[in-house]
Amino acid sequence: MGFSFEKLKAGLTKTRQSFFGKVREVLGVGGLDEATLSRLEEILVGSDLGVATAERVLSHLKEETQRSGIARDREQVLSLLKSEIKSIVVDNGSPGDFEESLFAQKPSVVLVLGVNGTGKTTSIGKLARRFAGSGKKVLVAASDTFRAAAIEQLELWAKRSGADFVKAASGQDPASVAFDAVSAAQKRGTDIVLVDTAGRLHTKTNLMEELKKVKRVIGKALPGAPHEVWLVLDATVGQNGLLQAKTFHQDLGVTGVVLTKLDGTAKGGIVLAIASELGVKVRYIGIGEKLEDLELFDPEDFVEALFA
Amino acid sequence: MFNQLTEKFGVIFKKLSGRGKLTEENVREALAEVRRALLEADVNYKVVKDFLADVETKALGAEVLSSIQPGQLFVKIVYDSLVELLGKNAELIKTAGAPPTMIMAVGLQGSGKTTFCGKLALQYKNKGKRVWLAACDTQRPAAREQLKILGDSVGVKTHLAGEDAVAGALEARQRSLEDGADFLIIDTAGRLHIDEELMNELAKMKTKLKPTEILLVLDAMTGQDAVNVATQFHQKLGLDGLVLTKLDGDARGGAALSVRKVTGVPIKLAGVGEKLADLEPFYPDRMASRILGMGDIVGLVEKAQEAFSQEKAEELAERLRKKSFTLEDFRQQLLEVKKMGPLDSLAGKLPAAFSRGMEAGFDENGLKHTEAMLSSMTPTEREKPHIIDGSRRRRIAKGSGTSVQEVNQLLRQFEQMAKMMKSVSKMGKFKADLLGRLGRF
Ligand SMILES: Nc1nc2c(ncn2[C@@H]2O[C@H](COP(=O)(O)OP(=O)(O)OP(=O)(O)O)[C@@H](O)[C@H]2O)c(=O)[nH]1
Ligand SMILES: Nc1nc2c(ncn2[C@@H]2O[C@H](COP(=O)(O)OP(=O)(O)OP(=O)(O)O)[C@@H](O)[C@H]2O)c(=O)[nH]1
Ligand SMILES: [Mg+2]
Ligand SMILES: [Mg+2]
Repeated sequence: MGFSFEKLKAGLTKTRQSFFGKVREVLGVGGLDEATLSRLEEILVGSDLGVATAERVLSHLKEETQRSGIARDREQVLSLLKSEIKSIVVDNGSPGDFEESLFAQKPSVVLVLGVNGTGKTTSIGKLARRFAGSGKKVLVAASDTFRAAAIEQLELWAKRSGADFVKAASGQDPASVAFDAVSAAQKRGTDIVLVDTAGRLHTKTNLMEELKKVKRVIGKALPGAPHEVWLVLDATVGQNGLLQAKTFHQDLGVTGVVLTKLDGTAKGGIVLAIASELGVKVRYIGIGEKLEDLELFDPEDFVEALFA
Repeated sequence: MFNQLTEKFGVIFKKLSGRGKLTEENVREALAEVRRALLEADVNYKVVKDFLADVETKALGAEVLSSIQPGQLFVKIVYDSLVELLGKNAELIKTAGAPPTMIMAVGLQGSGKTTFCGKLALQYKNKGKRVWLAACDTQRPAAREQLKILGDSVGVKTHLAGEDAVAGALEARQRSLEDGADFLIIDTAGRLHIDEELMNELAKMKTKLKPTEILLVLDAMTGQDAVNVATQFHQKLGLDGLVLTKLDGDARGGAALSVRKVTGVPIKLAGVGEKLADLEPFYPDRMASRILGMGDIVGLVEKAQEAFSQEKAEELAERLRKKSFTLEDFRQQLLEVKKMGPLDSLAGKLPAAFSRGMEAGFDENGLKHTEAMLSSMTPTEREKPHIIDGSRRRRIAKGSGTSVQEVNQLLRQFEQMAKMMKSVSKMGKFKADLLGRLGRF
């Protein structure tokens, strides 16, 4: 399996009581009565699932336990809750299947976006390493021409990961950097282009327009591109994460999520709301600041690891 | 900033103020909605629990149950509790007895520390202060360069740390001291609150450097985990203040409430954009007002200001403060309100707490009659409504082509409104000012 339980678990359980450890504890006390349900709601809400998603999961759990008469059986209720949550994030096929389709064309272009400070540039560095490590020729494009030292930051990551690097000539706008990068990739026989963009709040219309332009211009350089649009989401984010995902998805057609900073104590529960409302799935998780701190997101394993 | 939460409260209190009295039942119902709104706003569930218990105790007191305006009083209780939770007054950064004042910015990765350091440097520079920056993020690629670029664009000196962050901070202190700096602002690497090694680095920096203030920079979009983060940073370092960033988005910002509640540390500044000028003081009372369903106040104030002259507004605000709202004021406002356009659009913008009074006093049909009755009163009657006895009422009815019942009704409405105004003007200077500016009620 491409997913390392050990690493994730080590990161996840350092100081926190694991999410489902708490569920177990709660269910240990008595069956699925009202008090237990409300405690479960607290646990889910406390993991940033959001009230609506938590209510939905629990009302379904309640119905199911009543229907099948297992409300007093701790292990069965627990496994039902597991599969209930799993069903939200689970994807068809095995984890990493999409990576194959990712390299179906050459070059493949991935547009990376998100609000400020979520970990876009760092994740691109890690992804570049991942793809380069499997023998692909990678190019990263510095389309964040706004933030101080954003270009230098990405350049360092490109060096570390052994990726090609394209940056702006002075005064160039983000779209033309992306255009240059995609054109260069076509000439150089690059397998994959990762386009870094400036962080922006989804509420800033002008900046969202700028991003749409980047996407359009990439399509001009290479018809059919970008092939993927990845939203980088910080696991510590609360309910605003859903609004971010909705707006970015609406404006740019998000095809996957990179969930970063899962090595902290935040649970990243908002991805459940995102998966259930938008059908957008998590592709990778970030579990640290180093080059190798990126894992494929495996919904099955992810939920299992949490239950452990 | 907290728009969505504001809307939520608006709906809740509109519902409540439409009812007769506060009963245990409808308080509980309103509380349940407050709970949901707060949770959706990312206030930590434990903090929500405490907050609701607090509000419930206050709301179910006899004072509220026997009052005439239960809805307004409930609003006031929630509002006051929110202000209390957020901190009463805006608090500023302390300055050191002997310069330089040293301010250390700490926090999770990507929260906005480096940008904040640049913004603060600009703010002090603009006040004519001599400022130094210290780039002590020795972890993230190009972090020091980032701060240097910001420092250069502000026009202040930046000391770049070498391998050792603590040593870098101490060098910066020495250099800034020799340069006669008033302020030294220290940027540190983003770190997880559970990263022992890096947390120890900060503790060491604190011990050796003895900074004047340590500020936790927190992303306003943070969810439930904000409580853990703030608690651990506070335990390890003893924070002096919080800086809330990225408030220019649509995050409801419940993390601000959570963090303030669990640490007791004041929120001092707010980041409202990516540019260096985008730093503001944090005003707890304003924040609470926004949270409390004050409606689209900005829009309304602007609209009101167009139609309502500044002097008149100030005059009214003055009277409001003295709590002498008269029928003459009522009449003036009626005339001003007419200038502002369709009543429906205005009522929608009004804080929920006031829309009821609005509906009562200013429904479009009754408007003409009300105006006529007011015009049929003598100036003295309008200034001293209590002198309007039976015979005066008959005269007014006759003069305006209405009935005594209608005059009675108007006077009753006026009385209610005056009472409401009193309770409102007690709600604090901010609201009084605001209402004054609105030029109504
Ligand atoms: N602990 C942890 N930190 C991370 C992770 N991913 C990124 N970071 C850190 O988060 C901070 C922000 O990362 P960046 O890659 O600069 O974020 P960005 O989205 O490119 O930021 P902007 O371009 O300014 O919007 C840096 O300090 C990173 O080291 C992760 O998975 N875990
Ligand atoms: N919209 C908005 N963006 C902000 C604000 N403050 C900072 N940012 C952005 O957030 C991102 C991260 O800011 P930084 O100052 O690099 O954050 P940091 O905490 O120093 O990050 P690390 O050093 O990597 O931990 C950048 O894209 C900033 O431009 C704010 O108030 N509003
Ligand atoms: Mg970046
Ligand atoms: Mg920084």
